[in-house]
Amino acid sequence: MCGIVGLYLKSENLSDDLGRLTALMLHEMRGRGPDSAGFAVYGTPEKGSKLVLLSETDSVDWTSIGKRLEAAQGASVEIAPIANHAVLRTEGDGQAARDWLIANAPEVTVLSVGQSIELFKGIGDPDLVAERFDLAGRSGTHAIAHTRMATESAVTTAGSHPFSTGADTCLVHNGSLSNHNGLRRRLEKSGERFQTENDSEVAAGYLAARMRMGDTLSEAVEAALKDLDGFYTFAIGTAQGFAVVRDPIACKPAVMAETDDWVAMSSEFRAIAKLPGVEHARIWEPKPSEIYSWSRSA
Amino acid sequence: MSVKTLSNTALDLSTLSVREVNRILHAAEDGAFTVLHPNGAHALACGLNAPIDVSIQGHAGYYCAGMNKAASVTIDGTAGTGLAENIMSGTVRVTGDASQSAGASGHGGLVVIEGDASARCGISMKGVDIVVGGSVGHMSAFMAQSGILAVLGDAGEALGDSIYEAHLYVRGKVAGLGADCVEKEMRPEHIAELRALLDRAGYPDVDATTFRRYGSARTLYHFHVDNVGTY
Repeated sequence: MCGIVGLYLKSENLSDDLGRLTALMLHEMRGRGPDSAGFAVYGTPEKGSKLVLLSETDSVDWTSIGKRLEAAQGASVEIAPIANHAVLRTEGDGQAARDWLIANAPEVTVLSVGQSIELFKGIGDPDLVAERFDLAGRSGTHAIAHTRMATESAVTTAGSHPFSTGADTCLVHNGSLSNHNGLRRRLEKSGERFQTENDSEVAAGYLAARMRMGDTLSEAVEAALKDLDGFYTFAIGTAQGFAVVRDPIACKPAVMAETDDWVAMSSEFRAIAKLPGVEHARIWEPKPSEIYSWSRSA
Repeated sequence: MSVKTLSNTALDLSTLSVREVNRILHAAEDGAFTVLHPNGAHALACGLNAPIDVSIQGHAGYYCAGMNKAASVTIDGTAGTGLAENIMSGTVRVTGDASQSAGASGHGGLVVIEGDASARCGISMKGVDIVVGGSVGHMSAFMAQSGILAVLGDAGEALGDSIYEAHLYVRGKVAGLGADCVEKEMRPEHIAELRALLDRAGYPDVDATTFRRYGSARTLYHFHVDNVGTY
């Protein structure tokens, strides 16, 4: 199963409500994924780089990790713990910081890197995960969230969605991929770094790699339709955009709705039913293999 | 309160649970009911067993009006996966679109989808009649056994794959026919059959002669002596 929600604001009217509305949507998808949950919120872009880190050990020393990264990068690092996560800000290169942390701080998982994305996840009741990381209090331009019923890999915090491997890019997935091992090896050879055994992380890495090579979000998803084998409904976020795609036989559910103020997607309509103005929304089921994307100009 | 006396009763899902609403509908022997604020709830008006009228004002979730018998259910909105699944008799109508597997395995009755139906519409239909005002998605009428599927718009890939004896009529384009599904001649009895169905479904102005007919080539389900060595 698994439940997906995505909310992309077309106007600024609702930006202070983004987290609250996303939390309402996530709540409706609890039954589809009671194992674990996660969300990514895109806020106002910051000047430096922002990384969200996870530690599944109790004894992590965030301050020491910050200091070691500062020394390695030669750039200032600020680190703010929140539950078993920490938000790390640096004036240095974000992607280099991610690579350094993966290589040198095995006790942490790098959940996201970028200028606007913040990504949090946890095991257990999706509502408690949302509460723990104050989803409802967050503002921004767009958000995607996921409730997980695990099939392809263990129920762990790191194995929860969304997955993010490239700057400000993340993905949530309902379904399962069958060629993720081969694809992971191929991507690793070309420099992608993965932190879990999860099939969906490979899809995130695939899109991030394509976009790093110059693809637009739509081009990357177009290529994914050829290269990814399996069942999927994806919701994808980038700094400026939001996209939804389903596999060629539409194995996994999806419904979309659009008003003048927002575009929303979910596994089931009842999540969208919570949004303001939904009574005037255009509602449709995304077609198989068709890419639906929205973006604002940078 | 005797449920028999209920008529034009509003059942509001913002105060009642789906189970409470369904219990009231199951207990009724006649009358008309309006269901308010469905907000995509699943299994609404499932298992009805009496000639009651139910009007659902808004969007329904999965399996709406499943297993319907005798009742007339109208959804003023869209419907999720499995609309009127296993319908036995009566009528289920949706004014908007329906998601996957609408009318799946239906044994009788009538399903009308005024908008589009997505993939697998009429999958394994066993006697239900389905009329779609818009288009249907891929794999529609997969393994359809009997009944009629009439599509006023287009049909997606693999229409009628592995079909038995259902009658398929499509007015628009067919993206592709499934295994053992072929186009067939539209004879007068087929025009008459389709005409009667379109009238029943509320499409009196749609010209039955503008449809094309598809059905089984009957090569898959009849044993062929050339295959004797295969088994």
